[in-house]
Amino acid sequence: MPQASFIGPSLALSAILFSIGVAGVLLRRNAIIVFMCVEIMLNAVNLAFIALAQLHGVGGQVMVFFVMTVAAAEAAVGLAIILAIFRHRQSVDLQNTNLLKG
Amino acid sequence: MTLSLLAQAGESASPGGAIGLLWLTIALPLAGFVVNGWLSVRRSRAKAVVSFVGPAVLFASFAVALAAFLQLQGMHAEAPIVQRLWSWLPVGNFRIDLALQYDQLSAVMLLVVTGVGSFIHLFSVGYMRSDEGYARYFAYLNLFVVFMLVLVLGSSYPVLFIGWEGVGLASYLLIGFWFNDKANADAGKKAFIVNRIGDFGFLIAMFLLWNAAGTLDFSGVTAWASANPGLAGSGLVTAIALFMFLGCAGKSAQIPLYTWLPDAMAGPTPVSALIHAATMVTAGVYLVVRSNVIFAMSPVASTVVAGVGALTALFAATIGLRQYDIKKVLAYSTVSQLGYMFVGVGTGAYVAGIFHLVTHAFFKALLFLGAGAVIHAMHAAYHATHSHADAQDMRNMGGLRKMLPVTWWMMLLATLAIAGIPPFAGFFSKDEILALAFARGAEQPVFYVFYGFGLLAALLTAIYMARLMAMTFLGTNRTGAEEQKHLHDSPPSMTIPLIVLGVLSVIGGAVNLPHLVGGHQWLDRWLEPVLKPAAETAFGRSLHGPEGSTEYLLVAIAVLVGIIGLVIGFRATLARPVPTPEAAPAERGFARVLLNKYWVDELYDRVVVRPFVWVSRALLWKATDKGLIDGALVNGSAWLSRSVLGKAGSLLQNGQIGFYVIVFLVGALWILRVMAG
Repeated sequence: MPQASFIGPSLALSAILFSIGVAGVLLRRNAIIVFMCVEIMLNAVNLAFIALAQLHGVGGQVMVFFVMTVAAAEAAVGLAIILAIFRHRQSVDLQNTNLLKG
Repeated sequence: MTLSLLAQAGESASPGGAIGLLWLTIALPLAGFVVNGWLSVRRSRAKAVVSFVGPAVLFASFAVALAAFLQLQGMHAEAPIVQRLWSWLPVGNFRIDLALQYDQLSAVMLLVVTGVGSFIHLFSVGYMRSDEGYARYFAYLNLFVVFMLVLVLGSSYPVLFIGWEGVGLASYLLIGFWFNDKANADAGKKAFIVNRIGDFGFLIAMFLLWNAAGTLDFSGVTAWASANPGLAGSGLVTAIALFMFLGCAGKSAQIPLYTWLPDAMAGPTPVSALIHAATMVTAGVYLVVRSNVIFAMSPVASTVVAGVGALTALFAATIGLRQYDIKKVLAYSTVSQLGYMFVGVGTGAYVAGIFHLVTHAFFKALLFLGAGAVIHAMHAAYHATHSHADAQDMRNMGGLRKMLPVTWWMMLLATLAIAGIPPFAGFFSKDEILALAFARGAEQPVFYVFYGFGLLAALLTAIYMARLMAMTFLGTNRTGAEEQKHLHDSPPSMTIPLIVLGVLSVIGGAVNLPHLVGGHQWLDRWLEPVLKPAAETAFGRSLHGPEGSTEYLLVAIAVLVGIIGLVIGFRATLARPVPTPEAAPAERGFARVLLNKYWVDELYDRVVVRPFVWVSRALLWKATDKGLIDGALVNGSAWLSRSVLGKAGSLLQNGQIGFYVIVFLVGALWILRVMAG
């Protein structure tokens, strides 16, 4: 049985990772980096799930598997889209992808 | 409800026999309408079938009506016989049955409508034979009879109203029968729209009546009125009666709604005889007599009815003096005679009103059919010589007595009848109305004025009828040398109805022969059960016919006026040759006013039609529809979403993914905050 004292540091790490992810999505222009930041956010959430599963039972751990599955699917689709954009524009800079601008 | 129980109590069950078959009188013309309507669409050349079916259904209907009348005569029924066919509008405690009511008044109306109608249908066979729309014509004519019979047989105001509107529809269809000519179609529309004003009044009257009495059955309303004698003279009853009279003024062409009737002459002449002289236009008189207790409970409304009638009688008669179209003279004559009927029913002399309705149906139908025979002959003559002269203008006629002897003699009988020469039918009915109006003057002096108007109108009636006869049948012929050879009397299908109606115009007065000449006032006693509620009111009890020397004096004056009028009319018209329409000098002075019908149509055009069109066009169409609805609401809301909301919304979509994420993040945090409470 792991120590309950791990929960606090784990949640803190999760929050730090999530903030790094958010900052990356907000500030970086390279689609690959932004994509990786999204992955960091997902895994930060996973960490929070696992930590809290210590208190609330196995449900959080089950949810982690779902998140990983969705993340895998998202990686497949997201990378494919980025690849298509790169083929079309020779660039993955998000600043140039603004066709929907009003 | 107690009142509907009262209604049931005041009725007799149907005794079977011919009265039980009464629905046939409506069903037969309806079948005729279906057959002729189908033929007009599919087999418009099958004229032989139409010629048989059209009049045959009417004669069969007349036979049923006659049998039912004989049966009723043997029954001495005190209460109306009501046959409930089916429940039409059951809405909560408001319930209308489609029911027929047969009583003495319905019986008289039924005989007039089917009897006169039969002979007019027969006349139409000859008159319309060569018309392309022959089957369509008979389909409409049958349809008219259907609705007219619903009108006179309906047992409640709403059922009567079905017939009331239906005859309006048939009238519209037949006035605009030759709708290729825009003037005819316009005349039909005018009749329909002017009648709509009257119908508005009739509807209001029904609403008030339902609100007050809780029933619209005739027997129920009568029971309600008899149970509440305190209502006599009240504002409610006066309002009901006056609104109802507005409907009558529309249907029966009284001031101020009479203008449609002269224009209605655009239809075929037998239509003018049937609808616009003998039957439909008398529906207003019938309605007043049917509602006798309501009018008798409101002396004010009755005085208005008599006053409007007297004014209309005189006013229309003056216009008739100066018309040249033979049908227009008769149209104004009809308006004038309808005015007489309203003087009668407004006086409280309901029997006299119905009596004049019956005799007028005979002699006016005859006059119109005679005019039709004349027009038919004139038209044939002009057709043979390819002339385009007006076949209805009396200035083109003259001397037709020798070419159309049967028509001349029959129309002469009708002229004597309408002029009030004894012993012809019109004399008795007109004299009864005038005498009773005079008698009413003893307590309401204003009726002396109405009597004076009526007497003056009688003089003018004799003058314009003599003028019509003299211009048409006497003097030298003005049709043209070549045309004269083609002028001749009509075929038997047209002359037989003339002769039958001629006989009725002579002997029609027999239905209510006064005691003065040894009669028994048959119609008075016959209609007594129907008019008892009115007779029991103070208004009804106060009417006593003139007696002794007064009666003789009134009769003498009436006869004298008729004879003087005829003499003046014939002499003045024959004194100098009638100029042809082309050579006629311009009318001057009052004659010009009369020729232009007092410019009433023009007045209505300026005062009512044009402001109405202006409001419709400028206010309702341009300002409201185009400006407010199309402009402000439809285009305005589109402009708002595109230029204001759309512009602002599109600014959010700036293409910066970072910005989107911030918005998303802020939103997500806000939701979290809310969820955290």
